[in-house]
Amino acid sequence: MIPELGQFALILALGLALIQASVPLIGATIGRSDWTAFARPMAAGQFVFVAAAFVILAQSFLSDDFSVRYVAMHSNSALPAAYKLAAVWGGHEGSLLLWLMILATWTLAVAFASRSLPDLYAARVIGVLGIVSVGMLSFTLLTSNPFDRLLPAALDGNDLNPLLQDPGLVMHPPILYSGYVGLAVPFAFAVAALLSGSLDKNWARWTRPWTITAWMFLTVGIALGSWWAYYELGWGGWWFWDPVENASFMPWLAATALIHSLAVTERRGIFKSWTVLLAIAAFSLSLLGTFLVRSGVLISVHAFASDPSRGIFILLLLSVISGGALLLYAARARRMESEGGFRLVSRESFLLLNNILLLVATAAVLFGTLYPLFLDALGLGKISVGPPYFKTVFLIPMLPLLLLLGVGMHATWLSTNSQRLAQKLSAAAVIAMLAGILLPLIVYRSASVMTILGVALGAWVIVSALWDPVSRIVRRDAPGVPLTRAQWGMSTAHAGVGLFVLGVTVTSSFGIESDQSMREGDTLEMAGYEFQFRGTRNVDGVNYEAVEGEVEVRRDGRLLTILSPQKRVYRVQRNPMTEAAIDPQLRRDLFVALGEPLGAGAWSVRIQYKPFIRFIWLGALVMAFGGILAATDRRYRAAKDVRTMARTARQATESA
Amino acid sequence: MSIGRLLRGLRQLTLATLASWSCVGWAIGPEPGFENPALESEYQALIREVRCLVCQNQTIADSTAPLAADLRREIRDLMADGASRAEVVRFLVDRYGDFVLYRPPLKPSTWALWGAPIFLCAVGLLVFVRVVRSRLQQSMDDELPSQ
Amino acid sequence: MWRYLLPIALFAILAGFFARGLNLNPGYVPSPLIGKPAPRFELPALKDPAESIGSDVLGKETALFNVWATWCVGCRQEHAFLNEIAKSSGVPIYGLNWKDNRASALSWLATLGDPYVASAFDEIGEVAIDWGVYGAPETFLVGRNGTVLFKHIAPLTPEVWQREFIPRIQADCGAYPCP
Repeated sequence: MIPELGQFALILALGLALIQASVPLIGATIGRSDWTAFARPMAAGQFVFVAAAFVILAQSFLSDDFSVRYVAMHSNSALPAAYKLAAVWGGHEGSLLLWLMILATWTLAVAFASRSLPDLYAARVIGVLGIVSVGMLSFTLLTSNPFDRLLPAALDGNDLNPLLQDPGLVMHPPILYSGYVGLAVPFAFAVAALLSGSLDKNWARWTRPWTITAWMFLTVGIALGSWWAYYELGWGGWWFWDPVENASFMPWLAATALIHSLAVTERRGIFKSWTVLLAIAAFSLSLLGTFLVRSGVLISVHAFASDPSRGIFILLLLSVISGGALLLYAARARRMESEGGFRLVSRESFLLLNNILLLVATAAVLFGTLYPLFLDALGLGKISVGPPYFKTVFLIPMLPLLLLLGVGMHATWLSTNSQRLAQKLSAAAVIAMLAGILLPLIVYRSASVMTILGVALGAWVIVSALWDPVSRIVRRDAPGVPLTRAQWGMSTAHAGVGLFVLGVTVTSSFGIESDQSMREGDTLEMAGYEFQFRGTRNVDGVNYEAVEGEVEVRRDGRLLTILSPQKRVYRVQRNPMTEAAIDPQLRRDLFVALGEPLGAGAWSVRIQYKPFIRFIWLGALVMAFGGILAATDRRYRAAKDVRTMARTARQATESA
Repeated sequence: MSIGRLLRGLRQLTLATLASWSCVGWAIGPEPGFENPALESEYQALIREVRCLVCQNQTIADSTAPLAADLRREIRDLMADGASRAEVVRFLVDRYGDFVLYRPPLKPSTWALWGAPIFLCAVGLLVFVRVVRSRLQQSMDDELPSQ
Repeated sequence: MWRYLLPIALFAILAGFFARGLNLNPGYVPSPLIGKPAPRFELPALKDPAESIGSDVLGKETALFNVWATWCVGCRQEHAFLNEIAKSSGVPIYGLNWKDNRASALSWLATLGDPYVASAFDEIGEVAIDWGVYGAPETFLVGRNGTVLFKHIAPLTPEVWQREFIPRIQADCGAYPCP
């Protein structure tokens, strides 16, 4: 009875979404404020019903209702309760419900926070979000209903994929989807602007905090996925350029470009059509990711059970939403262009170059990911495009970008004095080059060109990013205008980029990996550490059985830690799973994984030394934190009165 | 029966057959390596660029599929006999096609692929030059004082 | 003007490719052996290890080369059909027993019937690699002059036989069943 209520709730939500998607938009065009007034209530109603459906599905999982097909496929009575909850988004249908839940939440947030927006505008934004909701709700109800019954009910469920039974992977989809789906908000703002025929600096000011927030979720979500792959899969890698990984990275790149383009539009009122196009592109790339994961068009480790009929529906959705927006862009964007000059050396110029390079990177990744499909569709054979291609190709726009990043942060609007800029940055440049040469040579005693370049660029970005904040703190005698939160956010986020680059460079250059056959008592020397294998024992988990190995780690004879890698077999699905044991430190990770028993008490053991690998995810977290700082800058928070608004606007133009 | 349905059926059957091997785990050696460290590192680098045909989301270095182990053995034997990297690649491509390489070969059908980054950068540069020129013109029309 | 049309134009092209891609199978690896001479091999026979079977058995007449194993679920599915065509098609079937256990393989054939003129025993899988095998069952159609004419991956069904094999067999040996 209750699962049917869940389905009914979704149908009601669809009904409200249909109204939300049509009435306010028509009302805004014909100028009827009683029609535009439908926007917020419909958004609230849709949220209520989608939330109800979500809660009902969660309840089905928690109460072990195996008469619901989706629950039977992804849960089990022995599954720990927390994972039963996470299993809601463990499969295709439930993850769509999560998508809908998050979209409804974002829409509600926009509805509430948009009271300072002109009603006409807010109605259009909420209306466009309604169109997206209608599309996804229809898709769910027509092809992917999570409430389908399984009759007769299963005695017990199929269990959640053991790979997903992990806290990291529990958080990864909700946070990642918050990012993906959140990009619908700037998309809606952009389409609303196109519909209204104009946009100005205010539009950029409204759109930017939403974009940064969505971007922030996406950053954390991608970082979580990478970190999870590293510690859970027993392989030691953190990025594979898998088509679906790329599909999450491309919206991130586009969103990064969007944030920077918004900066120019907010400040100077130019680059409007760029910004609108980027907003459309970022969300379209999100939808593309949804298509790639669920259609079976590309081979991916992330693919849900692929079904071409679902693929057709999503493609239709993508065509209507993105295609529609792009048609609108073709028709209306030209009118939006405005005058505003700047010199070759200026902040605008650097931001333009930044966006071009980010778009080149996005396009290159997109092209590489889709190329096998292109060739196959044209009958030109089958190829694979993997990490060797992407690693090379991605660096081509990225290396100049990192170099320019350090400079661009200090450029001034309209025109910059190149000499003064060079003087300001010369110290930072020297520090960076020294770091690039010394760190590899002194700490690791070897250096290649790429290593030096990577460390130098990472150091360059960090020093340049922190230059202004640190000199403000140090030179208390010259106060000037205090740094705004947005400026702190910018410095922090860029410093995060530098940390990331450092992490990637050092771990790629100096990481050591070794697969060994070890018997009890055998030792392995690696990077100054001694790993001694102390044999294995059997362990029983809640819903799995495991063989646990014991490895003692010593340095200079002193026992540092004991690592316990496991080889688990989950009782229901019976696939062997490797649980690596990691000794995590900022400076380095020590990584041990158990392979196969080789007979006579010997096991194959993988031992890895991963220097600076935590910097990769730390860098991402610092980037995200910078985003939070920037998004909560005073000029975005609701102003209480006109005078405050005027004051904050003045401060914004002085410091942005 | 439409072609679409037939192809879909084919795909499902193929997947069913291939999926009889569970592609969840990661292969952890050890396998007899080469005495010569240069040869060993070349071997290790090469197996990380060859795609496993059974567990198609992994390299043969990582895949636990029996075919991956067989291919690693073949490559080791070839390299032990003195085959160069190009010869090993040729061996694999003759049997499995270009699909087996994660680094796409450079041939007429992949010129667009390998040329794309350079082409994109060139386009980007062109766009940059055009925009900066027009905005520079605008700024001079506005008679901005240069700082 | 055209620069505003570029995004929608590119999108339309992409959407076209995606639509086409929905009907393709991205994981299917086509064989580079088609149109080339059958790979040479020499292996012990499954039934009698002392005897050997080599690729010279192919290249005399239109023949099938079927890769099978007892651990392969699809092989069991197609086995009955293989028995049928062994009798009725006039095309001899040679088997490649891939990475199998000799005893299990022999008892499998004894129980389910033996459609093969002879089966070669590829214990370590070297010959299978030479033939580009990656997912049993696989069936190759080899022509009278020893050229690989066609490869089918997945269990052989009457529809596939009708659609893909019979026309090619007719083209190679003049008629179906082969004289």
